[in-house]
Amino acid sequence: MNAKGKVFKYGDNVDTDVIIPARYLNIADPKELSAHAMEDIDTEFVNKVQPGDVIVATKNFGCGSSREHAPLVIKENGVSCVIASSFARIFYRNAINIGLPILECEAAANGIDAGDEVAVDFDTGVIQNITKGETYQAAAFPPFIQSIIKAGGLLKSLKERGE
Amino acid sequence: MGMTMTQKILAHHAGLESVSAGQLIEANVDLTLANDITGPVAIREMEKAGFKTVFDNTKIALVMDHFVPNKDIKSAEQCLECREFSKKHQIVNFFDVGEMGIEHALLPEKGLVAAGELIIGADSHTCTYGALGAFSTGVGSTDLAAGMATGKAWFKVPSAIKFELKGKLQPDVSGKDVILHIIGKIGVDGALYRSMEFAGEGVAALSMDDRFTICNMAIEAGAKNGIFPVDEKTMKYMNGRVNRTLNIASADADAAYDETYVIDLNTLRPTIACPHLPENTKTIDELERIEINQSVIGSCTNGRIEDMRVAAAILKDRHVAKGVRTIVIPATQSIYLQCIEEGLAKIFIQAGAVLSTPTCGPCLGGYMGILAHGEKTVATTNRNFVGRMGHVTSEIYLASPAVAAASAVAGYICAPEAL
Repeated sequence: MNAKGKVFKYGDNVDTDVIIPARYLNIADPKELSAHAMEDIDTEFVNKVQPGDVIVATKNFGCGSSREHAPLVIKENGVSCVIASSFARIFYRNAINIGLPILECEAAANGIDAGDEVAVDFDTGVIQNITKGETYQAAAFPPFIQSIIKAGGLLKSLKERGE
Repeated sequence: MGMTMTQKILAHHAGLESVSAGQLIEANVDLTLANDITGPVAIREMEKAGFKTVFDNTKIALVMDHFVPNKDIKSAEQCLECREFSKKHQIVNFFDVGEMGIEHALLPEKGLVAAGELIIGADSHTCTYGALGAFSTGVGSTDLAAGMATGKAWFKVPSAIKFELKGKLQPDVSGKDVILHIIGKIGVDGALYRSMEFAGEGVAALSMDDRFTICNMAIEAGAKNGIFPVDEKTMKYMNGRVNRTLNIASADADAAYDETYVIDLNTLRPTIACPHLPENTKTIDELERIEINQSVIGSCTNGRIEDMRVAAAILKDRHVAKGVRTIVIPATQSIYLQCIEEGLAKIFIQAGAVLSTPTCGPCLGGYMGILAHGEKTVATTNRNFVGRMGHVTSEIYLASPAVAAASAVAGYICAPEAL
């Protein structure tokens, strides 16, 4: 599995309230909800984002609430991957569970700038910065998590196991 | 090597003799929790995946607390979805308007969570029940759907940071100041993926309500959970509420901790988290003069009876400053009733505050106290992120009930001693 796209770059502690403000959490439809993605931190995000684009941030991405709406609106907007130095733990679980690829990689988070074009190989964890000609290595997922991703999310993997 | 308190509870629920940090396990859950925001997503995911039944209709809690009594049609539809699901699956612990309270105050009060148990909730502040010596943690709606369907959840066993508490809190200093002080010290990702285990002789002097507040905000340091040892106060709290057989856990004497912090409770001052992160803390002595438009006293962090009593003691025979909208929200129906019976309700209203039915409302910028551009609030809630309580240029200062009440009277952020 691979991804390739332009980068939207953010800093430390991007919280779930700016990814999708709670005032919209009465909206059930993912499409309608995703129109408000990143609204409180980057009003241009939803207008500029193209399918395949990548979000890169530094530490503690997705901190705050447990709302699964957060990775969901990112995925709905066509983002192929989120790369960060570190993720808040609930966001990390949620992203895996709904099938939004995420990678922890400090070097990539520091080396990549807004607008860079990057290519990601999920099998190897290799992140290529095409614009800068740099390569970064993210840690691979443990086999258990890989099996969830391969199945297409947690519930599908449980079904496959016959739960 | 010994296990931490958290690791012991996880091992027990995974049917293992022992576990160690970093290990991936599958564990049985004693209770799953969702609310009117996260519940509908979990219900849809569960049904979409083809699960037809729940694992145990007595071990699922659904609490309508975020946008209820419903603020608009969309939030009413979300509650309807939860209501219909609860009816279909005969969910015993479905709490609707009239019975509901803010989930993390309600579940301990109802005896639905107890020492040694393992609870997952589709709400990040599920970590609150660590105050009772339980392992409890927030998950997303898909994890919750899996939990409701199978009664199981996967975990990476966390390592832990130990907080050795000593001494005793000064007057007007509370659990809120303890946890804000700690978050200020270690940062909003200071405990990322890890447990915060509280220990030491200082624990005994902390009330249960203080412990709930402290564990509630463990997530604000990025922690997987916060947990207190079980003592006489814990047992007294659970007495009459919990009738189940308990498997109380305690940390091994040789348990390994990544780090140990010694917190001297004697020296703590009223502490404020300034915009826009809970780690931006200052003591009241370091804070410049911040004039406020609103004061919110409530939430899953500080809407318990002790919080109400502290606020009322300060507001008694006083009046809130002109221009400070003061909103008091008891967290559950029984706390609300206690406020009436103890005369606190009268004090709040006479002081010029409004007293609301239980709701999460303003804390997450839902309704019931939304801020306009440039407005400032002091709040006993748990997050001060950009736009959390309203307009993106509004500002939230997190504080204790004592500070929030005193600030409402003064019109600027201050401790009761300044009145």
